[in-house]
Amino acid sequence: MTVTDDRPAAVLGSRLLRREDPALLTGEAKYTNDLHIPGALHLAVARSPYAHARIISVDLSAALAAPGVVAAYAGGDLTSLWAAPMPCAWPVTADMKNPAHYPIAVAKAAYVGDGVACVLATSEAAARDAIELIDVQYEPMAAVVDLEDALSDRVVIHDELGTNKSYTWDLKIEGHDGAIDEAFAAATYTVSERYVQQRLLPMAMEPRAVAAVPQPFGGDITLYSSTQVPHILKIMSAITLGIPEHQLRVTTPTVGGGFGSKLNVYAEELLCLALARKHKVPVRWNEERGENAVATTHGRGQIQHMELAADETGKFTAVRVRILGDMGAYLQLVTPGVPLLGAFLYAGVYDIPLYDFSCTSVFTTLTPTDAYRGAGRPEATYAIERAVDSLADKMGIDPMELRKRNFIQKEQFPYTAMTGLTYDSGDHLAAAEKAAGLADYEGVRARQKTHNVPGATTRIGIGQASYFEMCGLAPSRVLASLNYSAGGWEAATVRVLPTNKIQVVTGTAPHGQGHETSWSMIVADKMGVAPEDVDVLHSDTAIAPLGLDTYGSRSLPIGGVAIAMACDKVIDKAKKIAAHQLEANEDDLEFAGGAFSVKGSPDRSMPLAAIAFEAFTAHNLPDGLEPNLEAHVSYDPPNFSWPFGTHICTVEVDTETGRVHVLQYVAVDDCGNQVNPMIVDGQVHGGVIQGLAQALFEEAVYDTEGNLKNASLAEYLVPAASDVPSLTLGHTITPSPTNQLGVKGIGEAGTIGAAPAVINAIVDALSGLGVTDMVMPASPNNVWKAIQAATRNTPSNGASK
Amino acid sequence: MIPAAFDYVRAGSAAEAISLIGQHGEDAKFLAGGHSLLPLMKLRLASPSVLVDIGRVSDLSYIRDGGDHIAIGALTRHMDVETSTVLKEHAPLLAHAAGHVGDPQVRHRGTMGGTIAHADPASDLPATTLALGATYVAQGPNGTREIAAADFYQGFLESALAPDEMLTEIRVPKMQGAGWSFQKFNRRAQDWAIVGVAAWRRNGSSGVALVNMGSTPILATSVSGALADGASVSEAAELAVAEAEPQADLNASIEYRTHLAKVLVRRALEEATK
Amino acid sequence: MKISVTVNGTVHESDVEPRTLLVHYVRETLGLTGTNIGCDTSSCGACSLHLDGEAVKSCTVLAVQADGAEITTIEGLAVDGVLHPMQEAFRQNHGLQCGYCTPGMVMAATSLLKENPHPTEAEVRIGLEGNLCRCTGYHNIVKSVLACAAGE
Repeated sequence: MTVTDDRPAAVLGSRLLRREDPALLTGEAKYTNDLHIPGALHLAVARSPYAHARIISVDLSAALAAPGVVAAYAGGDLTSLWAAPMPCAWPVTADMKNPAHYPIAVAKAAYVGDGVACVLATSEAAARDAIELIDVQYEPMAAVVDLEDALSDRVVIHDELGTNKSYTWDLKIEGHDGAIDEAFAAATYTVSERYVQQRLLPMAMEPRAVAAVPQPFGGDITLYSSTQVPHILKIMSAITLGIPEHQLRVTTPTVGGGFGSKLNVYAEELLCLALARKHKVPVRWNEERGENAVATTHGRGQIQHMELAADETGKFTAVRVRILGDMGAYLQLVTPGVPLLGAFLYAGVYDIPLYDFSCTSVFTTLTPTDAYRGAGRPEATYAIERAVDSLADKMGIDPMELRKRNFIQKEQFPYTAMTGLTYDSGDHLAAAEKAAGLADYEGVRARQKTHNVPGATTRIGIGQASYFEMCGLAPSRVLASLNYSAGGWEAATVRVLPTNKIQVVTGTAPHGQGHETSWSMIVADKMGVAPEDVDVLHSDTAIAPLGLDTYGSRSLPIGGVAIAMACDKVIDKAKKIAAHQLEANEDDLEFAGGAFSVKGSPDRSMPLAAIAFEAFTAHNLPDGLEPNLEAHVSYDPPNFSWPFGTHICTVEVDTETGRVHVLQYVAVDDCGNQVNPMIVDGQVHGGVIQGLAQALFEEAVYDTEGNLKNASLAEYLVPAASDVPSLTLGHTITPSPTNQLGVKGIGEAGTIGAAPAVINAIVDALSGLGVTDMVMPASPNNVWKAIQAATRNTPSNGASK
Repeated sequence: MIPAAFDYVRAGSAAEAISLIGQHGEDAKFLAGGHSLLPLMKLRLASPSVLVDIGRVSDLSYIRDGGDHIAIGALTRHMDVETSTVLKEHAPLLAHAAGHVGDPQVRHRGTMGGTIAHADPASDLPATTLALGATYVAQGPNGTREIAAADFYQGFLESALAPDEMLTEIRVPKMQGAGWSFQKFNRRAQDWAIVGVAAWRRNGSSGVALVNMGSTPILATSVSGALADGASVSEAAELAVAEAEPQADLNASIEYRTHLAKVLVRRALEEATK
Repeated sequence: MKISVTVNGTVHESDVEPRTLLVHYVRETLGLTGTNIGCDTSSCGACSLHLDGEAVKSCTVLAVQADGAEITTIEGLAVDGVLHPMQEAFRQNHGLQCGYCTPGMVMAATSLLKENPHPTEAEVRIGLEGNLCRCTGYHNIVKSVLACAAGE
């Protein structure tokens, strides 16, 4: 019987090609809207054209008379279908205001895109034709678009709440209150700045799609959805609709990207489920891109007041942060918690003794916000990294030097921050120096002296961002302290089949990350088999009933580690069988290369394949040992994981047109040990360009009436290959000491580093002209405007910098 | 995403197309490559009751040397204009500008006549042919007529074409070795220009036209006039917006767009002067 | 209206509504769901396929316009289970993640190399200006196309 000696010397850490790719490359992969579902009715949703309006009446008669239409409903027609309002799983404070939110609005539309009626028809075309025939009478009311205006309660959106303020959440640390004021009073240097994290549209390339398929007589129902969170969706849908949880199966076919926007429980998922149950036929819905822009959650949306104090040497002494968060019209699944995911990170990678954070969040008459790649952590990193550059500018020293003076030092890890969280491991200096080398930091500084001369029409700038990412969400007890309604564990089952093929069942829910490949590598390494002999099952609650899904760079440090732990359990059991068969003491056995052997007597060995078959036949197992080789683990991590790194961006700004040209982008990321460096690089590439897109291209633009002015990919500027640079990547490897794989997660790192690095580079390029800050996106118009304002205010000599 | 329903008829010749559009009246539209019309129909911003497909009138796809000009059939695709050796020799500005329309997939389908007839001030080729002093040929029930590009653009998406007229040919004067430049300023390569400039210079004469600087493509006659009077490139560029009516949009304020037009006209003239 | 199209080498005679977009025709009538829909403004390129040998956005072509044409979709690229060199290059260079833009990206890239067999990196980037990807940051897509052009 062949074992596994022909496998690659080291699977873990190799650039193994992805097993997911052939199906994706040939069009064989099925996304939700590719499914052929005979007899399905198509759902279309009529959406409010007003940001804020009372619904006076809904006339469905013309729609009902249209060809192919089976049913049409206004919000009031559906209320009996909901056992509870749509869920928000994160009541961040005991007194948080949370308006009741239903899949179809009943009395009031609270944002453009809010569903006000829906149609079921025999084809998608018929359904879409029919919603144009629905006559809704509205009483338009004033929109609330601006966050500070929202806070004033000039117009209260949800009458029953009496205010637009949802909550204030403070991270107050005992003894810091007075000390913070003293530190700012005593500081030699302080910065106090206001940054705006513009609203972003996640724009996963696959719009959302849903299909609910009932078994008309048994009560069972299957929900197919393009979601990142099949498990959470199942629980929440069961609660919201009053479906017995065991009768609901959620399965996700191939999912075309999520970036946080598919980490939710959406109206259309609930509508398809409820109407499929009501009509006893399958109901499906495909989102159009224009709908995606208004009816899928948005990201970011914060105003940040950031203060940083330092002594005469530039040593940081205190941070004070005030956030105003834009919730949009309603609280979706984790809307209120997003700013809190950044709450601990406004001190960045620096050793700062005093800390004060407070976040107030308000409702607006805009699409709800929720998680978007990085969720709270890019915002925090942006604020501290911009503030550090501003402070360096005030001191007149190089920002790289200022960072080096303040980094938490390698020897300080594990480092317990003043917030109470413990950072597992890190070496910021090494990452920064590696990035500086790749970026030729000193060389660029030298070029600036000759290039950025008075009268030059282009100026060069270099900007840095060093980050810590709190990821691997999350230790359940920490989530409890933040009032999150669920845990942060992950589940894994590892099963050795009789012929020594291995089945892994994971609770993670990949949507582009290549989990099948990476998880097979972990198992191959553990079990001494080839990765292709490992099957990875996921994203179907009938097959993988336990799990908490994929978001927050959690899948590897929790889900992957759970798999490794389940392998250990399987090996432990196999060892008992091997000891029994080899008539050896368990302690005398070692497992390597897929076989157990007696230490010192390599000829007395038994391959896993033989043990698997023994476990299956159960003819000769040790007394009391159950048949089969299978183990389950639910793993609750002891800590977050803390990836880190330094990104450096070099830009050339055309001061006549305001266009920013990225000359070079260097990303040095440390995510601990790497399972598959090819996949790690891909995650960084994508993350960086998404962050760079926030810095240079993207913004949800609203008019004062609350209309989204760029609700399409023609106007919302997701950049193409032609519009972005190639990237230079480097890595340092500092294993996490908190898990056996030494891994940390990499999904969000790129996005976290990119926006501040790019903006710091632009401000650096233009600082000789008197520019001290730059709004995002740094569009040509905005850059030009900043240059105009600076040169008007500060007659500058344009001296070289 | 799904257009409203319509009737579809196919024309085998220009004459048949004109007859069909006459029969179906005002709600009928010509369909050539469809890359201006179908996007509007998918968003239901346009809902014609009848489409007259002229895409198979293959004798309107050509690029011919007409002596002092190059004649381009209305159904010639952007990709064919972009890669034409005849145009590269005699009207390189046009060939180059055609390579900047939309993206390659759009250029494989979109037609020269379609983009001219659509008369979008933000499109590249209306302004480019305007700068080059092109003449457009229109065919109607009573025969053909020539319309100077300078007389063609009458308002936002409005041209001098009568409802029952069809654009059949674009005649571009040979550039005779003139220096030229096409400046397209946008945030993403696939987008319409925030501001675009098509310019050529030869001896004392010049032509400069602006993309997306008003409700029609704009001929910057003041710039050419100043150059003819001996102004420097920088001086002439200051007059870039004399004929323009810039509007604000998501990508540019009026102030910025005005400034950008001056910068790009200057750069275009500098390049055309080399 | 009756149309006849040759898709991946097979002739199909179909009766379609005039308003049927080519992308809906190949996906729903022919069941070739590899061609994806990512937007409604002809911006994203996810629906790119080859019409008479050239990449087009099939969301901006009516099925009736394709009457008589030869169409190749992503399903028609691999032959006898062997990936097309462009597909193989994407696989070797990790040029895809979620895969949703991938069929359109591959069809655009093969069309690009047909017109410009040895492009520079800048030419690849501008040649793919009409295709959006949210996962890869394009770095490895560009690398894939260059590798395919180099015959790697």
